[in-house]
Amino acid sequence: MSDYRVLPGPEHFLPPAAASMGIRLPNPGQAHINGVITSEEDAYDEAARQFLMAKVPTIFPGPLVLWAWNEKAAKKATAIRHLFNTLKECVQPGQKPMLIPMPDYRPKYPKINPEVEINPNHPNLTIWHNKIDCCIFIGVHCHQANLSLKIIRGGTSCYTIAMCAQAGHEDAMLSFRDASVEKIMRLADTIKRLKGTVQPRLASANNGVSN
Amino acid sequence: MSKERIQISEALYDIMPSDYQDLVKSATYGKEDRGWKDIGTSKELIEQHSLCAGCPESMAFRYILASLPNPEDTVMVGSTGCTSLVFPMVAVHNIHSLFGNQNAIASGLKRALSVRFPGRVKDVVVLAGDGATVDIGLDMTLQAWFRQEKFTTICFDNELYANTGGQESGLMQKGFVAKMAPVGKLFDKVRLPEIARESGCHYVVNCTVSKPSLVEKVIRNAVHIAREIGPTYLQLYTPCILEIGKNSMEGLQEMRDSEKPTERFAYKEYISEPAKQLLTELAAKDKERKAAAKQLAAQAQAN
Repeated sequence: MSDYRVLPGPEHFLPPAAASMGIRLPNPGQAHINGVITSEEDAYDEAARQFLMAKVPTIFPGPLVLWAWNEKAAKKATAIRHLFNTLKECVQPGQKPMLIPMPDYRPKYPKINPEVEINPNHPNLTIWHNKIDCCIFIGVHCHQANLSLKIIRGGTSCYTIAMCAQAGHEDAMLSFRDASVEKIMRLADTIKRLKGTVQPRLASANNGVSN
Repeated sequence: MSKERIQISEALYDIMPSDYQDLVKSATYGKEDRGWKDIGTSKELIEQHSLCAGCPESMAFRYILASLPNPEDTVMVGSTGCTSLVFPMVAVHNIHSLFGNQNAIASGLKRALSVRFPGRVKDVVVLAGDGATVDIGLDMTLQAWFRQEKFTTICFDNELYANTGGQESGLMQKGFVAKMAPVGKLFDKVRLPEIARESGCHYVVNCTVSKPSLVEKVIRNAVHIAREIGPTYLQLYTPCILEIGKNSMEGLQEMRDSEKPTERFAYKEYISEPAKQLLTELAAKDKERKAAAKQLAAQAQAN
């Protein structure tokens, strides 16, 4: 097993792909935290704790859920809205949850407005601008998610979580696999359950900006 | 085929940037008689572009995107050049190919789309600069025409390599001196429209983009003919105002000057016999459709 750990950055300008460092993806029913395979239960708790501790916990829904391709996508979008509403209810004063879309993957450089969207080709701009210190990707195609997660790990100290509909993301600090409406709702429930059990790192937060 | 396939999830609608909301609300996907007149009253399929101020290429892009008959089922293939700076802002599927490779990519794409979507009309439109079309990609351009591949090739002819500082291209006019071509071009502008005709293109037009109605007409003709019969080619003059020493507001006049009857961009058109027949049929159908719509409107008014 690899000694490498997928930790919040900034790692350096071009961080290695976690897969190339020996990090493997979880099997069905599992997840990973920092590159170490773990049970899904532990991952729900850790993801919820990270959200509740963050100064600006943020959800980044991608094209697979923003656009109503089918009924399943629309249901996932509803679940994501529920997750965001739950997060808003559970955070303490001073924390600022955000819901920022990644509508598509066009490299809209330099037209990106980091206040209203995130782009996979320069996600660090949105992280820096909004001082995001914890985020979750949901509904982003794997290649673009990996690209974004690596850039974020390279240039920011943001904690990244992936709710992947396929086999998970080794480049995230925490990754679920086989994302479904039920899993998104379960994460919301876990956040509700752990509300008040952890203190937000408001005073010590370095706002995701690290270079 | 319409905007039904392009819907934002209701639960997340409010967080979508306004340009996407506008695309869904008022873009002309699926509109049968879409055209340049929609510009200003509906959302264009091009967002802010990153071309130079006053660049005629941006006008050409706007007119072309407004005129494509089937944008939701069109894939555009681009290549290296100023055009590749615009495609990220275009709300039509597009592929950026290797420099010069665009017609080869489009050939494979068109065939694959025909196999993957046998019952659906899928248009492929190549849009590249003169360097990609005539110099670096001439082989791929011609081979696609020889093979009678059913897609449209549009060349934005600015008569030099613009975004690398003004090097000589095959479509540059004889004697022209550019920043990176100080000796002046020693041979004539390559006569690609004539070559296209001889290579099997069924519809060839050489013109400027000074008149939006003309651009609309040639784009629609080219796409319809390519869909049904075979390759089509449009060579559109989009002068690089920076490289020819003009100001931002002088692009339009430059095109008007260059399309006079004795000039190199005087309107030139070639239509093959099968293509002529198709255009006649399409015109008849269009007339029929308009008459029916008029009749319906009259009936509605009477009731």
